[in-house]
Amino acid sequence: MCTDCGCSIRGIDDHEHNHEHHHDHNHDNKNKSLVFNNPHLNDAKTVEVIKKILDKNDHEAIHNRNHLDSYGILGINLMSSPGAGKTALLETLAELGKFKFGVIEGDLETNRDADRLKAKGIDAIQIQTGSACHLDAMMVHNGLHKLDLNNIDVCFVENVGNLVCPASYDVGTHLNIVLVSIPEGEDKIAKYPVMFRKADLILFTKTDLLPYFKYDIQKEKEMARSLKPNVDILEINTNDKASIEKLVDWIMFKKKMRG
Amino acid sequence: MHEYSIIQALLDQCENIAQQNDATKVEKIQIKIGVMSGVEPHLLSVSFDTFKEDTLCCDAVLEIIHQPLVVECQECKHIETLTEVKYKCSNCDSSNIKVIDGEDMYLMKLEMS
Ligand SMILES: Nc1nc2c(ncn2[C@@H]2O[C@H](COP(=O)(O)OP(=O)(O)OP(=O)(O)O)[C@@H](O)[C@H]2O)c(=O)[nH]1
Ligand SMILES: [Mg+2]
Ligand SMILES: [Zn+2]
Ligand SMILES: [Zn+2]
Ligand SMILES: [Zn+2]
Repeated sequence: MCTDCGCSIRGIDDHEHNHEHHHDHNHDNKNKSLVFNNPHLNDAKTVEVIKKILDKNDHEAIHNRNHLDSYGILGINLMSSPGAGKTALLETLAELGKFKFGVIEGDLETNRDADRLKAKGIDAIQIQTGSACHLDAMMVHNGLHKLDLNNIDVCFVENVGNLVCPASYDVGTHLNIVLVSIPEGEDKIAKYPVMFRKADLILFTKTDLLPYFKYDIQKEKEMARSLKPNVDILEINTNDKASIEKLVDWIMFKKKMRG
Repeated sequence: MHEYSIIQALLDQCENIAQQNDATKVEKIQIKIGVMSGVEPHLLSVSFDTFKEDTLCCDAVLEIIHQPLVVECQECKHIETLTEVKYKCSNCDSSNIKVIDGEDMYLMKLEMS
């Protein structure tokens, strides 16, 4: 819960993203009280609202960022299709040991990714999303309270492997890194423009496999920049330490630039 | 299918607004969905019909405005509606453009009784 950060979000731990349950429950109560309080109110009224539908999520995302800021931690949301190499990248970063980090893992059903990272000595919190295809700010908030924030420089969120749904949710990190792997084939960027538009950095992963696939990486980079002209782009391969060190430099630069 | 979660958020919002206005029923909900918001309007409609039961919105009509991308060039101040997903000014070719609309999802209007 949020007693130590003084946040106003309530019922987070028991909420646990069983949305259907939570909502049914509330609606019942509200319906009843309304019917009893206003039995004869039936004059139609129209109100102009103009409010973001994910307003509540966005609010919680801001809270998460404040939370991270108060500890001087840089938050990074990793998004990609399943298997693009998010966990492998985190394992490699753990081996390099250039900065201390924790990980909030979103996985549909298993603890496997969190276990892989714990095996490397990384503090990893698993959020089982069940049927949810993305993480939202509340889930991440939950995870943040389980991590030891005093002891890390960077907090990664490994989102659910999915190029669609996670793009709609601000989870409250500072930066989005979107990974796209060579074996996925060309056109991923053109097919999922919303996701790549959200990227602060696009990582082309598994570049050691370029000789085996028909993949015009230059063309893909151009596509990325037609969606997001100022996006940063790096190529990585977990067996090539130099490529990962470049990413470390990028992360450290971003951290430094946040004071 | 994050459309389900988005509809849950929308229904919550509508219930709150209905309560604030002492309404017992929501008749119509108007939302604006950007082409680059990452949600499929059709799936939203389907989700809405599934989840509106047992809420104040159970008989409500969901009206969806499909919002194209509207951008303003920061160099020449040209404002245009983009027909393809290429973030570039058609007037001066600059890619220094600001998105005015088309990337978000908004609740616009609520009719209640
Ligand atoms: N050849 C090669 N294989 C890689 C590289 N990075 C990751 N892989 C392999 O790709 C597979 C998937 O990697 P993961 O790190 O589990 O992918 P993920 O994005 O975490 O997958 P999900 O969590 O399921 O979405 C594993 O077998 C990795 O060994 C790379 O740079 N080169
Ligand atoms: Mg993984
Ligand atoms: Zn908190
Ligand atoms: Zn989804
Ligand atoms: Zn222009």
